[in-house]
Amino acid sequence: MANKETYDVVVIGAGPGGLAAAIAAMQNGARDVLIIERDLEPGGILLQCIHNGFGLEIFKQDLPGPSYAQKFIDDAISSGVELLLDTMVLDITPDRRIFTASRKGGIREIKARALVLAMGCRERTRAQVRLPGTRPAGVYTAGTAQRWVNVEGYMPGKKFVILGSGDIGMIMARRLTFEGAKVERVLEVMPFLTGLTRNYVQCLLDYDIELQLQHTVKRIIGNKRVEAIEAVAVDEKWEPIPGSEEIIPCDTLLLSVGLIPENELSRKAGVILDPLTAGPFVDDRFETSVPGVFAAGNVVHVYDLVDWVTQAGFVSGKAAALYAVEQEHKAEKKILICSGENVHHVVPQHVCADSLKGADIKLQLRVKQPVETAVWVEVRKGANLVSRRAERYARPGEMITLRLPVKAYDEVQSADELTVAVVKR
Amino acid sequence: MTQNFDVIIIGGGIVGSMMARSLSRYKLSILLIEKETDICMGATSGNSAFVHAGYDPVPGSLKAYTNVEGNELYEQLSIDLGFDFERNGDYVVAIGQEDVPALERLMAQGKRNGVPGLEMISGMELLKREPLVNPEAVCAMWAPSGGTCDPFGANIAACENAIQNGVQVMLETEFLDFILEGSRITGIRTNRGEYLCRWAVNAAGLYADDVMHKAGLRPEFKIQPRRGEYYVLDEAEIELKPCFFPTPSTAGKGILVAGTVHGNVIIGPNAEVIEDKEDRAVTSAGLQEVICGAKKIIPSLTLRPVISLFAGLRAYGNAPCENPGVDYGHDFIIEIPSKIQGLVNLGGIESPGLTAAPAIAIRVIEMLKDAGEKLEEKKDWNPVRQRRPRFRHLSMEERANLIRKDERYGRVVCRCEMVTEGEIVAEIHAPLPAHTYDAIKRRTWLGTGRCLGGFDLPRVVNILSRELEVSPLEVSKKGPDSEFLTGTTKPGMTWGAEG
Amino acid sequence: MPENTKVICITCPKGCRLDVTREGDTILKVDNCGCKRGEEYVKAELADPRRMVATTVKVHGGVHPLLPVYTAKPFPKPRIRELLDALSKVELKTPVAMGDVVIKDALGTGIDILASREMKPAAG
Repeated sequence: MANKETYDVVVIGAGPGGLAAAIAAMQNGARDVLIIERDLEPGGILLQCIHNGFGLEIFKQDLPGPSYAQKFIDDAISSGVELLLDTMVLDITPDRRIFTASRKGGIREIKARALVLAMGCRERTRAQVRLPGTRPAGVYTAGTAQRWVNVEGYMPGKKFVILGSGDIGMIMARRLTFEGAKVERVLEVMPFLTGLTRNYVQCLLDYDIELQLQHTVKRIIGNKRVEAIEAVAVDEKWEPIPGSEEIIPCDTLLLSVGLIPENELSRKAGVILDPLTAGPFVDDRFETSVPGVFAAGNVVHVYDLVDWVTQAGFVSGKAAALYAVEQEHKAEKKILICSGENVHHVVPQHVCADSLKGADIKLQLRVKQPVETAVWVEVRKGANLVSRRAERYARPGEMITLRLPVKAYDEVQSADELTVAVVKR
Repeated sequence: MTQNFDVIIIGGGIVGSMMARSLSRYKLSILLIEKETDICMGATSGNSAFVHAGYDPVPGSLKAYTNVEGNELYEQLSIDLGFDFERNGDYVVAIGQEDVPALERLMAQGKRNGVPGLEMISGMELLKREPLVNPEAVCAMWAPSGGTCDPFGANIAACENAIQNGVQVMLETEFLDFILEGSRITGIRTNRGEYLCRWAVNAAGLYADDVMHKAGLRPEFKIQPRRGEYYVLDEAEIELKPCFFPTPSTAGKGILVAGTVHGNVIIGPNAEVIEDKEDRAVTSAGLQEVICGAKKIIPSLTLRPVISLFAGLRAYGNAPCENPGVDYGHDFIIEIPSKIQGLVNLGGIESPGLTAAPAIAIRVIEMLKDAGEKLEEKKDWNPVRQRRPRFRHLSMEERANLIRKDERYGRVVCRCEMVTEGEIVAEIHAPLPAHTYDAIKRRTWLGTGRCLGGFDLPRVVNILSRELEVSPLEVSKKGPDSEFLTGTTKPGMTWGAEG
Repeated sequence: MPENTKVICITCPKGCRLDVTREGDTILKVDNCGCKRGEEYVKAELADPRRMVATTVKVHGGVHPLLPVYTAKPFPKPRIRELLDALSKVELKTPVAMGDVVIKDALGTGIDILASREMKPAAG
């Protein structure tokens, strides 16, 4: 089991993106599929996301993360997907040779006829947000704390300040409170909540945890262990407002300041990355700039709902299987999708016109600035409107989906580029 | 464990460790004491890692002599002791005509100090070699002997080699006072008891002034910690090999931009004299200063690829140069004082201390011989310290062989720096053992990459807990009171079965 | 005396900020709803607030010392602390299947607490 030298499809990462890709690959003609996973168990980050909120779209159920993962793990195994666990991918070559290391298997070289990158993302660090102050024990990213509390059974502190109003930070605020800790404050540098409102209500308001918008950490205090945080208010340019400093005694600072797609291996494989997303440029089948190399999930861009990650996994897995079996890369016309007014980024960054012959193409985007009134989300070819969708509001924390419909095929296939914009209605 | 030694070295930084290693060549019983939980936690832990060419120090000063002598020794040392060192050279850049006279004076000074290979090159030539440099550079001094190293690697390797050759090392052992018989030092008092010696070596870095004052020496000598802040930039986003300095001003060497042996780029330091000898906080003002200074040399630098920031403290002393005719008020103290017997006194070892350390050791040995100490060489002294394997640097085939020998090398624990469980376990049980997260970090570079320990931290805590046979609640970042975890989520939990 | 309360509706992600005027337990008026569901939400939320609860319980013999569990249905908010205290005393043994009932009819609410995942006995 899991010891062949060549596979039709190799998937890197057994999180929701990778599991879906592997299942879809198996169901669409791949003769063998292998998932390589660095952790001891499959499931990815879902294993530590023990809270509910997963599967609302795909299963119409409100499941905890591990349950959502288990459905796909069971499906993958029963459909014949092979799993290589406790194995780290060291290197990938552009011709899809994969080098792995594991305790039991030593060094292995595995060849893939098609490859799906599903490594997910890592958390933004203290250094990347350049937090001044000392470097004591007690400064953790929310995900690291989550692993300790939910999987290993340790409390990383007793009194917390959380920087960032992202979902992970808010979820951990509640979790830590459940386990007897005190969360003193949540600080958010933006003038708006960056996570879901539902979490603000059920994690912060429910437990009387104060959220301060337009605030940040001025410095960390404490030599051996965190002793306090100096919080400060900031203006729209993120400049500290003198006189607004407040010292908040605590023993732990949790950072929930953003996720970054983890594309080290993608770079090694020669995949070109989009600076807007920090993930690969992909087309509507999630193929990257390297033929036969696909990507799915948070490694492409950070999703807000795991259900969409699963869908992306299905699309990329099917495409990978077709590539592996047919082993040819059709030179197709690709249309560039550009980010217009108030759009931070769009995925996929280009689409194959021919895809529209069969089905709608889903475009997913995030806005730069929140708009709390009705908006149009539009795709235009020059001045011509190709497709649009009405939304009651638009927020950076909630991904927006827009479809390029089949009926727009003629318009789209004659274009070189299309622009997506979000404008007030 | 004997209480009676020939030599006791106070301080396990680069100076004390190089001293211990050099002395271990002779038939002497040597003890090195270090007050922290690990060596290399003082001044040696926070610097630019640069092995300076030697044009900066005032000619005739001890700094100048030991800088140039030390620089020459690094190549062979790095081979013998097994640490990373690269001689990529450095450029001192004149941005604008007004810098040129100072640069020419610097070059003349460098030549007087005996720095080899100094050469003035035009701005155009500089840009040809290094296209990222500020196009307004008028000219630059090229110093091919400048280099960079892994300072933790050098410090730890020197100390391990010393242990290999019979030196005893005691951590968490703090010097309290000298034991004096008249004007002769016969021992030292520590928090762990009294130890007798014929010679004590003051290599206490930031605290060297306090130590020598206990012997009644140089009451006017004071060390002020000079804090310097640094950024480390991601190797994937910016590539630079040599070190770039601005033309120095009265404020000091200035803010440099340099490649590291790791492939990253380091920028810094600023210089702020502070009071607290343990204050290694980074400040927003300091970091602003650093990026502004660095952009003067490499204008395209941004803070986007920052993966680490830290501050180091230098032992800035006020000892005047002992060379008559040299007017310089901040030289090294390297002496066997006459007022007191049995002391080798080293003080004010700030930059170029890392570079000078091996040369300081040689000087001290000469001074001991002059003082009548019979130094008999050991026949079996081994100057070579075998470096432990670094998975990251091995070929795929070497990695495969390593895992076959010990399967723990097959589990990668730090993904960003590719550090395996086997390496971590080896450091925990090394001759100078690593018992904290930071100690492992210093030895393996684990946790210094893009995710800054986010992935490896829980795993390293488990490995330390297992190998040291303590609860994970006792595993710390840098010693007592810096434990990571404060409790378990359920009462009476034991830690998991995860191998 | 009528009093005003602000409630954030979480029926959909829009999160309308509702202005609720009530007298005692009677709701007089709900303003600012984006849709009909706001009023229903407020009625339920003020009369009988419930939440899905997820936490962990001790488990023996597995690859991890903890098993994640969750409430099969939203649980009465005022009794969450009581539920957590009850769960902190639970100790399970592998094997556990996903969906196994960890506590049946927790605190007499009719709501079961379920295992979020399977946990097999750890090898060796």
